[in-house]
Amino acid sequence: MSDKTVDRLASNTPVRVARKIKGLSDRAIAWIFVGPTIFLLLAINIFPLIWTINLSFTNFKANRLNREVEYIGLRNYERILGDSDIWLSMQATAHFLFWTLFFQVLIGFALAWLINRKFRGNDLWTTIIVLPMMLSPAVVGNFWTFLYQPQIGLFNYVVTFFTGGDPSGFEMLGSVDLAPWAIVIVDTWMWTPFVMLICLAGLRSIPDYIYEAAEIDRASKLRQFFTITIPMVLPFLMLAVLFRGIENFKMFDLVVQLTGGGPGSTTEMASINLKREAFEKWRTGYSSAFAIILFVTVFGLASIYVKALNKVKER
Amino acid sequence: MSYSITEPSSRQKWVAGTLVITYAIITMIPLLWIMMTSFKTPPDSISYPPKVFYEPSLEGYVNLFTTRTRVSPEKLASLPPPENFAEEIVRNRDMVIAGPSKFGGRFLNSVIIGFGSTFLSIFLGTLAAYAFSRFKIPFADDLLFFILSTRMMPPIAVAIPIFLMYRQLGLSDTHLGMILLYTAVNISLAVWLLKGFIDEIPREYEEAALIDGYTRFQAFYKVVLPQAATGIASTAIFCLIFAWNEYAFAVLLTSGTAQTAPPFIPTIIGVGGLDWPAIAAGATLFLLPVMIFTVMLRKHLLRGITFGAVRK
Repeated sequence: MSDKTVDRLASNTPVRVARKIKGLSDRAIAWIFVGPTIFLLLAINIFPLIWTINLSFTNFKANRLNREVEYIGLRNYERILGDSDIWLSMQATAHFLFWTLFFQVLIGFALAWLINRKFRGNDLWTTIIVLPMMLSPAVVGNFWTFLYQPQIGLFNYVVTFFTGGDPSGFEMLGSVDLAPWAIVIVDTWMWTPFVMLICLAGLRSIPDYIYEAAEIDRASKLRQFFTITIPMVLPFLMLAVLFRGIENFKMFDLVVQLTGGGPGSTTEMASINLKREAFEKWRTGYSSAFAIILFVTVFGLASIYVKALNKVKER
Repeated sequence: MSYSITEPSSRQKWVAGTLVITYAIITMIPLLWIMMTSFKTPPDSISYPPKVFYEPSLEGYVNLFTTRTRVSPEKLASLPPPENFAEEIVRNRDMVIAGPSKFGGRFLNSVIIGFGSTFLSIFLGTLAAYAFSRFKIPFADDLLFFILSTRMMPPIAVAIPIFLMYRQLGLSDTHLGMILLYTAVNISLAVWLLKGFIDEIPREYEEAALIDGYTRFQAFYKVVLPQAATGIASTAIFCLIFAWNEYAFAVLLTSGTAQTAPPFIPTIIGVGGLDWPAIAAGATLFLLPVMIFTVMLRKHLLRGITFGAVRK
């Protein structure tokens, strides 16, 4: 039997090599270690994505399983691009995205710059400022609807306390003009700390000797700020904007709880619209196409942005 | 301390400190208001002007954990005296406790799914991160980018097929389904963070262990794991916080048995509209652990946020 030859060969193998085989090769270990992660991501991220792409070419409705599924080509995509509701939801998203990023960058950078003055107890206060971003957006958003109540809400009371006027005279969540700003306020409150932390990391990465050199060259403080601080923090700031941008493009939980897309559809942002199409109207094929469009948009914008970011870093 | 030209002056520090503390206090007001409201009676919670000073009451917490029914005054008078404070509070509103509410179960679901998915993401993530850090893996950069890019997908975009898939597999509204889902979302971040932590551990330690006759596995769990413990712990906290707070998948894929607290808390409705003290009580119990965690572990956590972001 060939077994014997194998045995003889095996007993001739040097001890060191034998031990290596017994303990599995590095290559095998590498695949055993990485395999489950890749498998999980393929099963729960990539496979569903491919399925979504497939569904986006059909007229499938998830609440009518026995109806025959037809492939209708690009008709879903055509319909979406011609749908004025979708464009309105994209506008609402753009408004939310622009203003939240604007305020978060402004306040976040200012706070980071102040904290970097290294006053006593700054790390404790930093932690307190960071608290909102650690909390559940749905639960917190739900509670903000209470703060925003006309008459009894704390927000309205505080605003009218300083400005005069009637606390029940305006409704942050119920009015078409104010609702888009109500969600901007809560998101800014929640996520400014994130931008602040990233900026702080940027500020702390600037070595002291650059400022010392500038001081010796008699550069004014203002000039130091614009020629050292800003350019050195910019890559960090842009990174923070990228992460917040991606997150806020996908924004769902906070706004669903705050306004649910209303009043009317003033704050119905892309994700909320998508949820409505997919899980309330059950237009599965149509909403799959919309999901793909959103995904491609995020991915495309993010890639362009990362290219710009790398250029800034190289400078 | 030696004099440095880059050290801010004490006046600058004072001004900066005042501004930052002012911001911190303003930012805390909504959170404090949640906690304060949870100890108010329903009439106190909706009074005008908003009450800052009031007599604390546990009515919100009692309402959170119980369901109640209204009874007629005659019936109420015929009942034996209340056995505990909860019953006393409820009787004062002409009601009796009918049974426990769903909140306890929902909270427990959050705990099970949160810890389950955190354990799984850390277990798988540490293995993958170690392999990426130490072995030559073909297309390692592409794989890492692939792992990361899965985070860019809007949750709703994959929710449709996951909803269909889970319905087929019988995973919808189950703990296992939610644990697997949250693990899939968390694992990308876990691998990236952990790879960074493991990269920092010198390879020489393991090589010494290998020469001493350890196998790769032994070297991994006897040498590398203890060294990476802090990194693993802070990554675990991030995974836990994500799973704890997640709402979109939870609201779409769970409705009963596996429903977590975030979709449940906003649905706590009292008699005659929303029972704000009960909602506030639920929110307080749900948010407080995270807040305490954050303050206690601030060093690792804050480092983790910037580290994770800046590395990408």
